[in-house]
Amino acid sequence: MPRRGWATATLALLVLGSAFPFYWAIVSSFTPEARLFQRPSLLPTTLVLDHYRALFTERNFWVPIRNSLIVAGATTVICVTVGGLCAYALARLRFRGKGPLLTLILAVSVFPQISVVSPLYLLLRRLHLINTYPGLILPYLTFAMPLTVWLLVGFFRQLPAELEEAAMVDGASRLRALREVILPLALPGLAATAILTFVYSWNEFLFALSFTLGPERQTVPVAIALFRGQYQVPWGQILAAAIVATAPVALLVLAFQRRIVQGLTAGAVKG
Amino acid sequence: MTTLPVGEREASAEAREARLAWRLVAPALTAILLVALFPLGWTVWESLYHHDLRMPWLGRPFVGAANYVEALSDPRFWGAMAHTLFFAAVTVSLELVLGCVLALAMNRAFRGRALVRAAVLVPWAIPTVVSALLWRFMFEGQAGIANALLTATGLTGPPPVWFIDATLAWVPVVLADVWKTTPFVALLLLAGLQNIDASIYEAARIDGASAWRQFRHITLPLLQPAILVALIFRTLDAFRVFDLIYVMTGGGPGTSTEPIALYTFTSLLQNLRFGYGSALSVIVFLVTFGLALGYIRFLGGGLAEERA
Repeated sequence: MPRRGWATATLALLVLGSAFPFYWAIVSSFTPEARLFQRPSLLPTTLVLDHYRALFTERNFWVPIRNSLIVAGATTVICVTVGGLCAYALARLRFRGKGPLLTLILAVSVFPQISVVSPLYLLLRRLHLINTYPGLILPYLTFAMPLTVWLLVGFFRQLPAELEEAAMVDGASRLRALREVILPLALPGLAATAILTFVYSWNEFLFALSFTLGPERQTVPVAIALFRGQYQVPWGQILAAAIVATAPVALLVLAFQRRIVQGLTAGAVKG
Repeated sequence: MTTLPVGEREASAEAREARLAWRLVAPALTAILLVALFPLGWTVWESLYHHDLRMPWLGRPFVGAANYVEALSDPRFWGAMAHTLFFAAVTVSLELVLGCVLALAMNRAFRGRALVRAAVLVPWAIPTVVSALLWRFMFEGQAGIANALLTATGLTGPPPVWFIDATLAWVPVVLADVWKTTPFVALLLLAGLQNIDASIYEAARIDGASAWRQFRHITLPLLQPAILVALIFRTLDAFRVFDLIYVMTGGGPGTSTEPIALYTFTSLLQNLRFGYGSALSVIVFLVTFGLALGYIRFLGGGLAEERA
């Protein structure tokens, strides 16, 4: 059918266009430094592991990976537990002030990070938290908490109300119904939200750049962005690091792609 | 067990539910107030002082609106604002048009859904720093892959050096942003498309409406809420662009690609002018807020009327 033909062609272009920069970065990250800018050819000729080896021996890239895991992991755990309770109340309970609260949370989730850098810096400096893990986790709550609450409200609303009501008729309290009926049903939504929160925190750059001082606490994006060679830009290592930084989020997102798409679009379109 | 009249029992159940709700909401709300709203207020307060961390002996005198007056007469501030608006206008329009085409295609095609979803999600999910580096690498120097492909088409003369030209430097910046976020726009619009009732199209086909007329009179109006959401999110995002330009051009050559978020960052953490930087922060916040309200007013207002 010709009408479906254009759609297939467009999507083939999309897949090609999306994949090419990755393909090129992967190929280049295995190419010897000296050949990187000599007659680039689309098919690799010599492949070496040098850049990856240098990344983990000379650069000690494990340190930013560890920092990112700790900061993004802690942010996710805090946001999903605390934000989960809040989202449950906003989605399932009746109380006055609910509407304004939801508006407030949405408003906070879109306001620009740069507008709170100065007070957060002064505050963290006074508390001696610059260049520490809490000094990143606390600022990360500014964007991660509203995001988590917003997504989870969407997920909780999709669950059928009858189940919870049935549990409460059986004499269970609200909190027990939450724990025993809602929580197991909400697990997929909680997992998708946790993944999104983790991905946002893993990728965050402005706060991580502003509130760390040296390599010992820098996260992965900051470490890569500040890569310097002695004489020239070490492109081979930069690309190897980019691939290493991308792999975990890409795998997570691919593994849970269905749910993530649901969560993202439900939050945005029906919100 | 106490026995209460039904009405009172309901009232107390409602009160209990509200109490429980506030207890559940309290921790998250406290966190948001502490780390987001309180700092925002502090930024406004800070912006009224002369506060230079490099010159602590000057203290922190109150200067009223002086920082704002300085910003409004600072050519670098206006340049940064202009760059930001330019970037936002160009990327958001490209992303909306391309995203719409992609969404229509995704809605129509049946094969390879998993592959398409992966192609859409992965660029969106990776760190912006990484996408900036991938695109910088492709346009780097004179012998990057972009120039190699350009030369192969034979359309240009000597290959350009993208990042030393004030105008050309925008090309990889815009491309990188479009590459990373168009798929996300497409996803939002696709969700909107899937909400449209298929029988409307059938009726239009029976009436003999052409594909273009169907798109113009059915798809576009019914897609308007999704377009509005995509427009708001993308504009606000584009307006606070930082990572992409910090990594790709550093705002250069000179300050010719410097967006307002980068100028604010430089004022704060490189020049350590906290009073002035805070004033810039407040301006960024106000403009973002105004943009969001404006969109909802002008586009959302029409939307509400249509629905009423």
